[in-house]
Amino acid sequence: MKNVDIVIVGGGPAGLAAAVSAKRHGADSILILERDASLGGILNQCIHSGFGLHRFKEELTGPEYAQRYISLVEELEIPYLLGTTVIDITHDRKVTAVNSEDGVIEIQAGAVIMAAGCRERPAGAINIYGDRCTGIYTAGTAQKFVNIDGYMLGKKIIILGSGDIGLIMARRMTLEGAEVKAVIEIMPFSSGLNRNIVQCLNDFGIPLYLSHTVTSIKGDKRLESVTVAEVDQSLKPIKGSEREVECDTLLLSVGLLPENEMSKRADVVLSGVTGGAVVNERFETSTPGIFACGNVLHVHDLVDYVSEESERAAKYAVDFVRGRTYAESDIQITPGSGVRYTVPFKINPHNIEDNLVIRFRVSTRYSDKRIRVLINGEPVMSRLEPALVPAEMQTAVISREKLNAIPDIRDIVVEVGD
Amino acid sequence: MTDVLIIGGGISGSAIARELSRYQLNITVLEKDVDVSAGTSKANSGIVHAGFDAKPGTLKGRLNAKSNAMFDRLAKELDFPFKRIGALVLCFDEADIPKLEQLKVRGEENGVEGLRIIDRDELMQLEPNMSDIAVAALYAPTSGIVCPYEMTIAFAENAAQNGVSFVFNAKVTSVSKENGIFTVKTESGAEYTCHILINAAGLYADEINNMLSERKLKIRPRKGEYSLFDKAVGGFVNHTIFQLPTNLGKGVLVTPTVEGNMLIGPNAEDIDDKADVSTTAEGHREIFEKAELSVKDIPYKQIIKAFSGLRAHEAGGDFIIGEAEDCENLINVAGIESPGLSSAPAIAEMVADIIKQKHELKENPDFNPCRKPVIRFRDLDNEARNRIIEKNPAYGTVVCRCETVTEGEIVDAIRRPLGATTFDGVKRRTRAGMGRCQSGFCSPRIVEILARELGVDITEVTKSVHGSNILIGRDKLIGDAENEKR
Repeated sequence: MKNVDIVIVGGGPAGLAAAVSAKRHGADSILILERDASLGGILNQCIHSGFGLHRFKEELTGPEYAQRYISLVEELEIPYLLGTTVIDITHDRKVTAVNSEDGVIEIQAGAVIMAAGCRERPAGAINIYGDRCTGIYTAGTAQKFVNIDGYMLGKKIIILGSGDIGLIMARRMTLEGAEVKAVIEIMPFSSGLNRNIVQCLNDFGIPLYLSHTVTSIKGDKRLESVTVAEVDQSLKPIKGSEREVECDTLLLSVGLLPENEMSKRADVVLSGVTGGAVVNERFETSTPGIFACGNVLHVHDLVDYVSEESERAAKYAVDFVRGRTYAESDIQITPGSGVRYTVPFKINPHNIEDNLVIRFRVSTRYSDKRIRVLINGEPVMSRLEPALVPAEMQTAVISREKLNAIPDIRDIVVEVGD
Repeated sequence: MTDVLIIGGGISGSAIARELSRYQLNITVLEKDVDVSAGTSKANSGIVHAGFDAKPGTLKGRLNAKSNAMFDRLAKELDFPFKRIGALVLCFDEADIPKLEQLKVRGEENGVEGLRIIDRDELMQLEPNMSDIAVAALYAPTSGIVCPYEMTIAFAENAAQNGVSFVFNAKVTSVSKENGIFTVKTESGAEYTCHILINAAGLYADEINNMLSERKLKIRPRKGEYSLFDKAVGGFVNHTIFQLPTNLGKGVLVTPTVEGNMLIGPNAEDIDDKADVSTTAEGHREIFEKAELSVKDIPYKQIIKAFSGLRAHEAGGDFIIGEAEDCENLINVAGIESPGLSSAPAIAEMVADIIKQKHELKENPDFNPCRKPVIRFRDLDNEARNRIIEKNPAYGTVVCRCETVTEGEIVDAIRRPLGATTFDGVKRRTRAGMGRCQSGFCSPRIVEILARELGVDITEVTKSVHGSNILIGRDKLIGDAENEKR
């Protein structure tokens, strides 16, 4: 068994940023475990631009964004293993991984940073019934086939779900010569960013059908058609609204799920809302010394925020290895009206070194509403927002001064109000 | 000319092929699909029934319990996953307890051992997620679970090892008999002749029989829909839970699968199209509604897959196994619906006995009952993992993260006797792509490995049958560049 101070599970944007930060905070030994054949994670297949506007104040493609961090990892000589899959993590931080060169590797980690990202919700998990044929792929899988491997999957495409990858793939498939017939979204609003609707659908004349869904699929060997129906307010298909649309490919962009199988093995408590770990202000999970950041914690809208979050998580992982202790984070942050979840889930104000940054998502669309943070029932922050959508991650920042001014903090609520 | 021609590479055909390979016989199996276990055998409950359900005296009653007892040895010889977890038949009304008693007596007549009636208290201990309305149950400890396609593949592979030939993409279009010789023609125009014809054509066994015999059979597909749940809730129930029929009709089962998932289903709908394995919202509503009688708080969020299968239901209701009365050496194995999977080993022995009564069979001295073992990386300890990776580094590369399947296992599945030639073939042999992400991450890798191992272009790789290609061609940019080069 070898000893490593900081083991980072995943070499995508979260893992890379965490590694760089851990090194800069003085960690002696760091090891990134990446299952793919190269660092960068899903960014490698995101060849479109739009990354880095916050982080680097310039517009980069996914691979370019990843390369900035990969270069830092190389410069700082941070070790990493590629083609290496983590197959077990215990609650006392024994990490087991495997690759073809070293076989099974057992590592005692001082701290573990979970940065394994998320996966796509598959077809079976949503209620589409019908034939069993080829031609149904998740948008991310299609993106890998088209952008990394260089192969096309179909000619006449329907996209179910308006998540960002679905929107991006609508444009991508069009550029590759396919006919993208429509993007179908069951909700009355898109789950993707507005800029993607404009740049990927509107600019290419691809229709977006809101409050619609695919109710069944037809095809003998290859997909031949899907039935599209309008849904009512309870999201049930409206009888009589069905129509059959001819297509050979159905791409699904119906949600991302944090990939926490390894966290579960380490007894990490997960949130039923985010699917990610329940963490405190230091991004530490319920299992001491195991930290989480990036999409494995909660699905982000922009990679820039993943990097920022992961850098902060790594700092605390280094603190843990060094034996620095913090006060127990026992004050809950409660998602109030209109808020689905918050990260962190709980804090201790004494542990906040600069600002308390709360990331959260709203549960539906709002216009001209206020985001409010209440401490002990009293508003400490209030901000008018012309438009709030679930697709965008929101941020509320409370300064350390403001927190310290309140002597006995019992509860914190984040809500959407008038 | 072969001695024996078997039509159908499902569980019946494969088990019969393996049983007959014990003898010095020239045997060929014709399968219309690209792989064995491609029809009913791949989409069913995967239960090795104890044998209490069928009426004593019927073939189903006679063969099931006998066959059940053979599974421990077979699972070992053929290296397929099998667990004897026991079954419960739930009763929801005190007034129905006598029906449980009747079932117990029937089971005992069929030779089922260990049956007993248990009360609600014991039931709750066995199954904490039991519904509030279950009052008692029949407990059958010998009931088991098996992976139906892995079992079929195991039989077929062992048969192939012992000299049986399998021909795929061989849909039979005509069968005739002249001077004691059968002539079988397939869609591709190929012609096969044989002395003994075994009709194990599943849903199509009536059509084969009816081409040769005046004793007409009628098989009507009876569709059953299923819902498969993530392994995270594989322990939701511990036994296979059946129901006594209620006013909602025949019940559905809730069971762990041998691979650790949870399975709910099937309903029963008589349909006309023998190829219709579509799933429906109505069918799923029905199975969920019925399953809620058995267990409470079903974790619907954990569903990963909907599927359906077709039972080869013959009008008479029992298995039809035997030589056709008006066509010598045509042996029908028809109407093999539940408990067909459970009975397959005994059916295979019965078919061998029928042939032995008519023909002198010499033992095959080279017969090996054991299939070449399958390495399942996820089941090994770390020491064994290191040994295998040292020998073959491909076992160190995990391709399917959800089910922890390595490249070594996928390559082996392709290179084995009767190896996988399709994406689904790899899935069924290794479980790659069968986990919670349903092949989202591993499909590009599997397609690449298949193309490499089969020596074909990646665009020729299919999901299953001819025409189910996964990729249609090169990207525009790369395609244009390649064309220019040419």
